[in-house]
Amino acid sequence: MINLNINNQRVSVQQGTTVLEAARKLNIKIPTLCNHSDLCVAGNCRVCVVEQTGARTLIAACAMPVSEGMDIHTNTLKVRNARKHIVELLLSEHRSDCTKCYKNQKCELQALANEFAFGDTIFLDLVEDHQYTIDRSSPSFIKDDSKCIHCQRCVRTCTQLQQISAIAVANKGAHQKISSFHDRPMSHVVCTNCGQCVNRCPTGALVEKTYIDQVWDAIYDPEKHVVVQTAPAVRVALGEDLGYDPGERVTGKMVTALRQLGFDSVLDTDFTADLTIMEEGTELLTRLKKILVDGNKELSLPMFTSCSPGWIKFIEHKYPEFLSNLSTCKSPQQMFGALAKTYYAQKRKIDPAKIVSVSVMPCTAKKYEADRPEMRASGYKDIDFVLTTRELAVMIKQAGLDFKNLESSNYDSIMGDSTGAAVIFGATGGVMEAALRTAYEIITGREVPFKNLNITPVRGMEGVKEATVKIEGCTDDWKFLEGAELKVAIAHGLVNANKLMREVREGKSPYHFVEIMACPGGCIGGGGQPIPTSMEIRKNRMKAIYSEDEHMVLRKSHENPDVIAIYKEFLGKPNSHVSHELLHTHYTERDNF
Amino acid sequence: MENKGLSKVDLIFEKVDPKEVLIKAFKMTSDEIIKQMLDSGLKGRGGAGFPTGLKWKYTAAEKEPVKYIVCNADEGEPGTFKDREILDKVSYKVYGGMAIAGKAIGARNGIVYLRGEYRFLLPQLMKELESFHKMISEIGYDFKINYCLGSGAYICGEESALFESVEGGRGEPRNKPPYPTTSGVFGKPTSINNVETLVTTMMIIKHGAAKFTELGTKDSRGSKVFSVSGDTPTPGIFELELGMTVQQFVNEFGDGDTKAVQVGGASGFCVPRKKFQNTIIGFEGVPTGGSMKLFNSSRSMYNVLHNYLDFFAEESCGQCTPCRVGCQQLLKGVEKVKKGEAKSTYLNELIKLADTMKIASKCGLGQSVGNAFRTIVENFREEIIY
Amino acid sequence: MYQVGNLVKELSEKHGRTRESLMPILQGIVEKHNYLTDEAMVEVARELDISAADVYGTASFYTFLDTSVRGKYVIRICKTITCSMKGKAEIIQTLEDMLKIKIGETTSDRQFSLIETNCIGWCHKAPAILINEIPYTELTPEKVVEIIKGYMQKK
Repeated sequence: MINLNINNQRVSVQQGTTVLEAARKLNIKIPTLCNHSDLCVAGNCRVCVVEQTGARTLIAACAMPVSEGMDIHTNTLKVRNARKHIVELLLSEHRSDCTKCYKNQKCELQALANEFAFGDTIFLDLVEDHQYTIDRSSPSFIKDDSKCIHCQRCVRTCTQLQQISAIAVANKGAHQKISSFHDRPMSHVVCTNCGQCVNRCPTGALVEKTYIDQVWDAIYDPEKHVVVQTAPAVRVALGEDLGYDPGERVTGKMVTALRQLGFDSVLDTDFTADLTIMEEGTELLTRLKKILVDGNKELSLPMFTSCSPGWIKFIEHKYPEFLSNLSTCKSPQQMFGALAKTYYAQKRKIDPAKIVSVSVMPCTAKKYEADRPEMRASGYKDIDFVLTTRELAVMIKQAGLDFKNLESSNYDSIMGDSTGAAVIFGATGGVMEAALRTAYEIITGREVPFKNLNITPVRGMEGVKEATVKIEGCTDDWKFLEGAELKVAIAHGLVNANKLMREVREGKSPYHFVEIMACPGGCIGGGGQPIPTSMEIRKNRMKAIYSEDEHMVLRKSHENPDVIAIYKEFLGKPNSHVSHELLHTHYTERDNF
Repeated sequence: MENKGLSKVDLIFEKVDPKEVLIKAFKMTSDEIIKQMLDSGLKGRGGAGFPTGLKWKYTAAEKEPVKYIVCNADEGEPGTFKDREILDKVSYKVYGGMAIAGKAIGARNGIVYLRGEYRFLLPQLMKELESFHKMISEIGYDFKINYCLGSGAYICGEESALFESVEGGRGEPRNKPPYPTTSGVFGKPTSINNVETLVTTMMIIKHGAAKFTELGTKDSRGSKVFSVSGDTPTPGIFELELGMTVQQFVNEFGDGDTKAVQVGGASGFCVPRKKFQNTIIGFEGVPTGGSMKLFNSSRSMYNVLHNYLDFFAEESCGQCTPCRVGCQQLLKGVEKVKKGEAKSTYLNELIKLADTMKIASKCGLGQSVGNAFRTIVENFREEIIY
Repeated sequence: MYQVGNLVKELSEKHGRTRESLMPILQGIVEKHNYLTDEAMVEVARELDISAADVYGTASFYTFLDTSVRGKYVIRICKTITCSMKGKAEIIQTLEDMLKIKIGETTSDRQFSLIETNCIGWCHKAPAILINEIPYTELTPEKVVEIIKGYMQKK
């Protein structure tokens, strides 16, 4: 243990601890900007400078490891003056149109300015000297360089967590900036639109592209029938933007709120999550049969899930040679969109041209996905507008709803039913668990051999998880699988996806079925979820997801009554012709830069 | 004040038989070599002046099997050109110094990081390196040197930025600790020494530490190669004993009308005429990596300052706030003051900013911008204001 | 536009495909083709299995690794104070008049580019320029005319 003094208080910490961490142990707050618990230390904003007795310069608390006998002071005049200067310098490069900024009151620079830089401005305004670009090319997010404070959290996110490096630091000195490949528009580079950078940007330099006004317009248009779907991960995170602690489930209140906002029908993406299991499970079993029994050489394993649009764009850019390994299933959002303007429209006798289909997603990539040209199976744009969890919270605030005191209510019927299997889609490993619950039962006629249906090996925050399920006692149709060991793997965060994909490329992958989610923790850690994010917050959301599952009466996708009904009335059976037309898609090879 | 006067020395460019010196060095133990360096009082010749013996001692103490000796030949400080001359004339002594350092710290690999501006020297240097490798294998010693070429970035002279560049990245300084002696290039213990320092170490082995300490002062032992330019009838490269005053230097090199000497380049200090007499060139006074620029009374010190600030605003790596934005603010600030668009008292705010940059920047670049700024603004305020 | 794929392969064979090969590879391309095209950077990224934005980010840090069009002969004029004191302005004037381009521009025949650069280490022989890697020092307008004429005849 290392002993040191901070503000004359003694603290003992492990070797390798930083001064910042040691100060936190004493509940001494040192301001930070470039620091983020998910990312490696940068030490470049310098807001966290503190005074070390005997040192020639101030030290960056986030980057300085403790040493025995250190004497640190966090609030001397020298420190305060330097901090004020640093915040003022950042402000001088930053377009401070705070009152109009989407991040107003949620901006970390603004908060620091409020503490250190109120009153007269010291320095000259440099904003006009810089020819800042505002890149609105992506349907998912806006990159506004005039708000950038060069903390490089986004770059570290894109490199360290996602291993894409669609953005990097470019140029030097006064011209240093965060840039895509040679300043190309973000819509034309390897970016997956995952939004993890948006989640970690301390200012308004990276924000989602909002569609709030368009959705209000639709709601107030008497000609339009506006349906809304909510993804599983939204209900365990929305509360964070509305005054709850991370991990609070607010499903019922959210449904009431959506109804009060004026949506004509409040439906659940869970329904198409269950449908995805039926389609994807069948696709997997069919693929296994074709390869193992029929000796089909054109198909190969593993088969990859396709629910995460960030992951889809990743593989299209980085591993296009494996596009045929992807399940052809659309994501639950897009299945829902295609059915809303066909099946739902027919059942409710509404002209699909008058339906506006809105989804609330924990995701920014879903905005891009909805814009893909393939996603018009209904004859219309299947999903009109995608809102993030954050945008929904904004709308709830705009409408003046007293969220905490809303009564709970249930989703509307037709495409509103859910199972526990669908709910867990929101966490890494959830799709796999849901698929196994159903597939095992199809093959053997029995429930998966895990206590309470909880397939724990596929759960948790480990980057790559794997599991083997031995198949025994097959029904007659599936005898060819008797005694087989189904090997599955799960990866979340594209850095982990990359690990698995390298194995696949090298021919070393032993798996039959692989679930990949672009975001750390799966959708609960999605790029559209409330800010801030951290491992602890994601774990709380994950806990809430599994608790929601445990509280459901139905916990297997094939038992969802709405799903049973749609096959009976509309789709026929999984992977039918109609299914293929509406619920399946194809992929496009893209450039790797 | 210890004052040695001005005297020319011929140590760095002195012809020696490298084989003889190296054989002598290789017979010594690591501790003996390091002791020689410590006894000599040699401080790094790149500008920062860290004791060379200590640097070697720390690196030698590391247990890692792979270590590096890096020669910093990224001579980018405006007004410095002595390393080019040393490499051009006596590269074998640079290589020799690296081998001696390698023996001292336990490194079998050396890297010379040569600034891109000196690429024209590379063919000749490679040829000389080949002869050196041949000689050293004749001695029966295992040591190999490679070249890395820069591509035009002043900041790569900062040791950790240089490592980043060698490793194929942007030359952005690292957080310290860890220091290079623990984790340098490729994460291995590294001693990084300036071109001239390495040559000096070879000469210390040849002549012995005692001989070296006869030169210079208590704080600044030995001699140093100076790059002299500006308003002088005799610009060029001169090896001088350390410990002279600026006045003695000006007497030798000035044009009779010298009003200021910028010691240590853009990151160094401006010494005005009234302080010539009382300022020693060396670590007890104004330290320098060798850059000595003389300005006569026809020169505008505003232009000099502006030139330096423009340089820093461009050559800052841009990662840390005080340096990236601070340099721009200083530059734009003096422009405003000069044009009369800001009050002259704004200079006081800028001096405070320069002080913040000195204590809050991540590396030596940002920390030293204030040196020239403060000394020029304080001594030539009337030339800066409208 | 030039065929850069083979050169990148050649340079990767020579220097290796690890990250520390990036600089020598980029330097090799610039040496042959004066600057880095997007195509070249994408090719390098592919060869070294790193991101193209990262290659661009690294290249754009270094003044000599140009990512915009440069002529066969890149003339870099030292802009540090001593060269200014010793007649840099006349040298620039002479070059601009002769090449009919301004600082920062490239001649339409892609033969010459004119750029200012930071200290190149010839202050005692100011004013100084680099033409590609070759330094020319103690310049006068007359000397510059002769030097450039020499290069013009080379093409």
